[in-house]
Amino acid sequence: MTAAAATAAAAVRIEGLTKSFGDVHVLRGVDLTVEPGTILALLGSNGAGKTTLVRILCTLLQADAGTAAVHGFDVAASPARVRESISLTGQFAAIDEVLSGRENLVLVARLRHLDDPGAVADGLLARFSLTEAGSRRAGTYSGGMRRRLDIAMSLIGDPLVVFLDEPTTGLDPQARLEVWQAVRELAAAGTTVLLTTQYLDEAEHLADRIAILHEGTVIQNGTLAELKALLPPATVEYVEKQPSLEDVFLALTKEER
Amino acid sequence: MTTHAIGDTAVLTGRSLRHILRSPDTILTTAVTPIALMLLFVFVLGGAIDTGGGESYVDYLLPGILLVTIASGIAYTSYRLFLDLQSGILERFRSMPIARSSVLWAHVLTSLAANLVSVAIVTGVALLLGFRSSASVAAWLAVAGILVLFTLALTWVAVIAGLSAKSVDGASAFSYPLIFLPFISSAFVPTDSMPAPVAWFAENQPVTSIVDTIRALFAGQPVGGEIGIALAWLLGILVVAHTAAILIYRRRFR
Repeated sequence: MTAAAATAAAAVRIEGLTKSFGDVHVLRGVDLTVEPGTILALLGSNGAGKTTLVRILCTLLQADAGTAAVHGFDVAASPARVRESISLTGQFAAIDEVLSGRENLVLVARLRHLDDPGAVADGLLARFSLTEAGSRRAGTYSGGMRRRLDIAMSLIGDPLVVFLDEPTTGLDPQARLEVWQAVRELAAAGTTVLLTTQYLDEAEHLADRIAILHEGTVIQNGTLAELKALLPPATVEYVEKQPSLEDVFLALTKEER
Repeated sequence: MTTHAIGDTAVLTGRSLRHILRSPDTILTTAVTPIALMLLFVFVLGGAIDTGGGESYVDYLLPGILLVTIASGIAYTSYRLFLDLQSGILERFRSMPIARSSVLWAHVLTSLAANLVSVAIVTGVALLLGFRSSASVAAWLAVAGILVLFTLALTWVAVIAGLSAKSVDGASAFSYPLIFLPFISSAFVPTDSMPAPVAWFAENQPVTSIVDTIRALFAGQPVGGEIGIALAWLLGILVVAHTAAILIYRRRFR
């Protein structure tokens, strides 16, 4: 679909990827390319195989067939190089609840062998509005704070590609907006983001391109405008009426704070 | 990647040691049951037990009690490892450019540190109860070495349990038979007082050779061939459990 030179420089390139668990064929030949510095939203219902795909790209799972490369490194042949290029924020906030927020960040900075883990931690606490909570045990954090800490931990060491697996599932609307803001800042800084979501509006608000994973293959891949062009325009009116409850909720709760 | 193995293991060990420092009750609860057992046997049951030797019963009992301490302490390793798996933090570590073995070794070294503290507490209580040893410094070091080896071997068994458990309860339940094993050995009563089949089992299971070796070392007596059998058991369990744990760990992420 694009010139060979362009795909060679892709941040993520997946060709004919398949994965089965016993008789369950989760991925049945996935082809997908993510350009550097863009946000791609991988859309799919529960059980569509989004997490399986992300786990393969993060070297946590081996594919049955096909190839996947991250930043030019094949996930099967050179997993160590892939791990140096990526970061994963999984479906559930992977934080250490016993440690404080700051200690969580210092831990990851040490494991990434950075020079000044303390300074890295303080910088990220400030960036994610967690400075005040930094010395508290992460187990006491609210859902939104945990997610912000989780994402902050993923950014240590400036990975080139960040995978976010359903980053806003289970969050309240306010926390969701906070996560969206963090993702936008990431992309603005040049990081490639592949995020999976089952929320259509999330893909709509965040993504440069949207890929739809259905029954084990990517059935559509394009910009929002390209995808919208596939449907009759009648649906637009319906969307206009409905989201007002979220607007009302956010407006009301904002006044309270 | 291997260049960072030691540094990564140290960082992760620091993390789980911090877990223990923030819940010191895990060390205390590990020590409480063996101490209660020791009190029970020394003050209630011990008077009726004839060990055949001239030593005081607490001297006879302590080696077995120390093994019970470690056998109950290692359950916390499977518990912590299971929680790491559940919380997803293990996946985070696995997707980072760190030495892969460091994740498991950090838990094992933490278990070693925690169990040695528990063992020290139990030994301190034994001293208060009248435990006395004529062992030389070398013999004490030999006892420490055997206990370290015992802890490492059983902790790798605990790693297997933590990696394969389906629930928190399952992660720690495996240790109950291990805690029970010293009771069917020479740890509390001499094996020749048992019925023949039980005595056969007691004499041929690892705990008896380990207990007899530690007891001889404490008493300043020659250890004889028992130490060879004890070391063979310990190294055998260590190698098998370590290999199995690594295989299960790799398979889990395939």
